[in-house]
Amino acid sequence: MSSPEQWTHPEPDAAPAATAAKPTAEQVIAGLRATDEGGADLVQLLTPEGERVTHPDFDIDITPEELRGLYRDMVLIRRVDREANALQRKGQLGIWVPLLGQEAAQIGAGRAMRETDMAFPSYREHGIAWTRGINPTELLGIFRGTDQGTWDPVEKRFHPYTIVIGNQVLNAAGYAMGQKFDGRVGDDEGEATMCFFGDGATSQGDVHEGFVWAAVYDAPLVFFCQNNQWAISEPTERQSRLPLYQRARGYGFPGIRVDGNDVLATLAVTKWALDECRHGNGPILIEAFTYRMDAHTTSDDPTRYRLSDELEMWKLKDPIERVKVYLVRQQWADSEFFDGVEADADKLGEELREFCTNMPDPPAERIFSNVYAEGNPNLEAQRDEFLDYVSGFAGGEH
Amino acid sequence: MKTTYREALREAIRDAMNRDDRVFLMGEDVGSYGGCYAVSLGLLEEFGPERIRDTPLSESAFVGAGIGAALNGMRPIVEVMTVNFSLLALDQILNNAATLLHMSGGQFPVPVVIRMTTGAGRQLAAQHSHSLEGWYAHIPGLRVLAPATLEDARGMLWPALCDPDPVLIFEHNALYNLSGELADDAGPVDLTRAAVRRPGTDVTLITYGGSLAKTLTAADELAADGIDAEVIDLRTLRPLDADTFLESVRRTHRAVVVDEGWRSGSLSAEIAARIAEEALYELDAPVRRVCSAEVPIPYAKHLEEAALPQPASIAAAAREVVRGG
Repeated sequence: MSSPEQWTHPEPDAAPAATAAKPTAEQVIAGLRATDEGGADLVQLLTPEGERVTHPDFDIDITPEELRGLYRDMVLIRRVDREANALQRKGQLGIWVPLLGQEAAQIGAGRAMRETDMAFPSYREHGIAWTRGINPTELLGIFRGTDQGTWDPVEKRFHPYTIVIGNQVLNAAGYAMGQKFDGRVGDDEGEATMCFFGDGATSQGDVHEGFVWAAVYDAPLVFFCQNNQWAISEPTERQSRLPLYQRARGYGFPGIRVDGNDVLATLAVTKWALDECRHGNGPILIEAFTYRMDAHTTSDDPTRYRLSDELEMWKLKDPIERVKVYLVRQQWADSEFFDGVEADADKLGEELREFCTNMPDPPAERIFSNVYAEGNPNLEAQRDEFLDYVSGFAGGEH
Repeated sequence: MKTTYREALREAIRDAMNRDDRVFLMGEDVGSYGGCYAVSLGLLEEFGPERIRDTPLSESAFVGAGIGAALNGMRPIVEVMTVNFSLLALDQILNNAATLLHMSGGQFPVPVVIRMTTGAGRQLAAQHSHSLEGWYAHIPGLRVLAPATLEDARGMLWPALCDPDPVLIFEHNALYNLSGELADDAGPVDLTRAAVRRPGTDVTLITYGGSLAKTLTAADELAADGIDAEVIDLRTLRPLDADTFLESVRRTHRAVVVDEGWRSGSLSAEIAARIAEEALYELDAPVRRVCSAEVPIPYAKHLEEAALPQPASIAAAAREVVRGG
């Protein structure tokens, strides 16, 4: 980036934006397309073809066993995702938020964390939840509408899913500042926090304020942005002129763009970033360059706004296939291993289906629970009146 | 002509865009996606990207930009996906849109229209099911509209754009699929008056927005019991047309207010207070209110339904004021 023009117009030779009120066919098609090239700064250690490559700044020693573990993680969490999506289609879940295509970004980041590190997710972080030891059945209640998430965020070091776009970034900034104020930062035993959000969230004021706060208080916080190219119907170019990782420079901390479909590169970069943070050199922004292979949620229909050839292109960059190819080529895994993982996935899918359909409906008094930490006479009166009303129906609760 | 609430809103936008080239639409996913509730479907193809503008996910920015465009002579329609997200733009709405005319000594009117979805009932849980139009109706300087019928969905936008003051339009999410007949020549409507949607003599049921249909259903149930209920649709939540409901209460001598907002400090409280101030001695029974339970809106379907006003609870409250419980 040598001239100001290049900063504002990433493609210097591109024609200026048309000003005609009616869009041309080219403009319409351009609006239906996201970027698929990560550019020269993309950190990659395993190509889509399954070839191991090196990077001058980031590398990782990985044992066959560790890589088989990452593969297994990704296959299982993809199965969880597909099962849950199917359960929603069958009417067993109110909604589901697919992670399809983002397995490497999440498993790589999640496996880079230590138990003592803290994580703040958005609502698509099923893979991170998996790495924090949360049983996938615990995600189902959130999407079936029977509960709001049941894990203990302190024990699991995993904050509840955040539905409001980007607002967990501020909470993560505060949490990481606390780690620093408590003296839990400064050496290899230090702690760090990870905050997960998407490309669309980067346009929210909360994210800007979180960047500012984490920077000026040197918070041990890894901002992990999964750029899956689409915020519902809006491509990343609607959020930023610059590649998102370059925003970090303006706030005064490093920004790295990693191939989010490469579990090795994501693991390597995230481990490095967490180590920087635990030694007191945070915050750091990681942009995991990936793609949302399915809809924004099951309420969304992506065929309305993006081209199917883009999906075909990204299928060739599948995060799981490249690991499988590498494992086979290195002779680090045989068919018995792959069959075993498939069998585990089948078993997990069955557990999810069974658990989902057997979840009890919450009782009527749940409406009034936990509105205040302690009793409140007005609300108790409303509750008693309501329960009395409900008990008037034949069969009690309806 | 057979149409839906959604199509009537779209036709209103199309009509306004054709009437005045200062009008444009701006918000998240309003372009190729056609709006999260499909209100603007097809308008990008018709009017182009300069007038149907997809924005970054920045509520404060696009509401603020709409205010700026209005200050500079444009007539923006800003779509905030839902009222829940409007909280991020509250500063712009309250501290800029609602105050600039006054603070500039009358120099800067802010003719912006901000549309948003409101209400519960779609199992979107505690952070996406708010009914906060009552909050906005608290703010001097704003006009707050709640179209509950096809006529109002079709007819409120143009007069809102003609209004020199900022106007908020709340579209209840349960209404988008409402279908029915709309006159071919349906057009702008009066924003100043509430409407009597069902005349009656025994009790006045006062409501608006997504609760209107439920209240009319309750009125039918009451009719079967021999209670003749009058149903009033407020239509404009600020400034309130109190005359219409006060006149009704003076005839029926009984009132029930139905409001999906939370009871304490609500629009329903304001209406009950107006009745107490202006017509207390006309009442034969205390005013009753049917509101949402004062809890974060529940997630499970059966609990969500139980927490909201429903025809059965509305009819029960009306029977109580008519017959003394």
